[in-house]
Amino acid sequence: MNSRIRSIAFNTFREAVRDRVLYNLIAFALLISAAAILVGEISIDIEHLVVVNLGLTAVSLFGVVIAIFIGIGLVSKEIDKKTLYTVLSRPVRRWEFVVGKFFGLTGTLVVNTFFMALGVFLALLYVAHKFEKADAWVLAALYFIVLQFLIVCALSLFFSSFSTPLMSAVFTFALFIIGSLSEDLRGFARMTPGLAGWIATGLGYIVPNFSAFNVINQVAHGDAVPGRLILLNTAYAVLYSAMAVSGAVLIFQRRNLK
Amino acid sequence: MNSNRRVNAVATVVLLLSMAGGIVALNAVDHIRRGAVAQQALYFRSSRVLRRLSLGYTGLLADIYWTRAVQYFGEQHHSGSGDFRLLAPLLEVTTELDPKLLPAYQFGANFLAPKPPNGAGLPGAALSLTKYGIEHNPDQWRLYYNLGFLYYTEFKDYPRAADAFARGSKLPVTNAYMPILAARMAQHAGEFDTARMLWFTTYQGTKEPRIRQNAVEHLRAVQVDEDITRLEQVIAKYRAQFGRTPTGMDDLERAGFIHGTPADPNGEAYELKPGGRIEVQHPQKLFFITKGLPPGVEPPQPPRIPEQPSK
Repeated sequence: MNSRIRSIAFNTFREAVRDRVLYNLIAFALLISAAAILVGEISIDIEHLVVVNLGLTAVSLFGVVIAIFIGIGLVSKEIDKKTLYTVLSRPVRRWEFVVGKFFGLTGTLVVNTFFMALGVFLALLYVAHKFEKADAWVLAALYFIVLQFLIVCALSLFFSSFSTPLMSAVFTFALFIIGSLSEDLRGFARMTPGLAGWIATGLGYIVPNFSAFNVINQVAHGDAVPGRLILLNTAYAVLYSAMAVSGAVLIFQRRNLK
Repeated sequence: MNSNRRVNAVATVVLLLSMAGGIVALNAVDHIRRGAVAQQALYFRSSRVLRRLSLGYTGLLADIYWTRAVQYFGEQHHSGSGDFRLLAPLLEVTTELDPKLLPAYQFGANFLAPKPPNGAGLPGAALSLTKYGIEHNPDQWRLYYNLGFLYYTEFKDYPRAADAFARGSKLPVTNAYMPILAARMAQHAGEFDTARMLWFTTYQGTKEPRIRQNAVEHLRAVQVDEDITRLEQVIAKYRAQFGRTPTGMDDLERAGFIHGTPADPNGEAYELKPGGRIEVQHPQKLFFITKGLPPGVEPPQPPRIPEQPSK
């Protein structure tokens, strides 16, 4: 990573962590992890399961919301405040600006996830009084959640490179929902003959496959996550993000900023 | 008081009054919409639809449905209505969303099988639930134990009970009592010992305090039933030897049939009534007993569990 990208990424991170909304969302996610303890109390024999399921779901969903709401403003805010012109008047290329923003946002989300995950582990310790060996798989689920954020960040950046913040949020959130159901979409494509089948197959591969990143219930039961899945999910997330960021770069390169 | 302070004071009073009023109104709404939460919980009965709506977070949804099933059971049990219509569908949705949610099978079958007011009186549904659990968790001995338990207690189907215990006993991780239970079922012998072993295994197999307490109550009831059966045999022997019915425990002791005054698990002596009938002194303290009850007295049931079960 060159120094210009690093500077943009660092500044993006610094700007994001100054946002009060971010802290509110993290606080809310931590509150939900704490609430999981109470939910476990009013049920029977599922304290551990509820803490993992509710805690990780909160980390995942709040992270997606943070990724979308910060990601959509990355480019438009710079244009509105006219700071983009100051940046681009220096020896910074447009692609470096986009890539730097991407890394800055993902860095913010990794740090957020760390704090939210800390809340989940503290809640786990509270209900079980000790960590089991199988709890280590919670880290694998958290890693997959971070990979999911990587894609959401790339998508929000992609949409914000040519659209308004509101529309970018709508597009990214819609893709998150469709991506969570993408296995169904590919299943539907397999059953559909002809042109509709081809279109559904194409869509099935274009939309991100978020369902493969969701192993929350699996790790809640203490089941192992196969190493091959970790490897392939990593490759998929990196490739998909690279694709979306490249798309953002291509659009931003051609965008008339006057 | 300046205007700012006045505004603050009024706003505080309005806030507190609205909050209190809101709580009262909500309680009134809850009162007229009793059972609505469970009804809403089953707005979607298809686990496929729920899976899609959950965006893949099925584990969390299953936990929510299980909690609702527990609350629904607790509420119906507490009200004593005996209407558990929604229990089976709630458990069905729960286990279809998360087929590995073992507590839903273990406790769910306990909620479904017993006759009202202690359960839903749906042993068939309990059996289906347990079989579904085994299908998805074939390595869990507790589910085979539950299956054998159901066949034994609810259906008196000894061959199937023996088969369930035998299958569970062959698993890599199992309970030491499983092969013994299988053998006992196959022989169909020693009813009291078998019942004692079953309830003891239930006690051992859970950390849930209410289930443990229930097992203890059943173990005490088994003890009373066994004591009284033995005393009845002793009285029959006395009759055969002396040609009359004993008038009290002293007669049996003098004849050398018993040593000391036999007592129930609460330490209260059994009473020998005219006609040679044995009764416990306080039947209301011994839940689930089937013997030793005064004529016309129903078998006592344990107190109803709280509306919202807590650990």
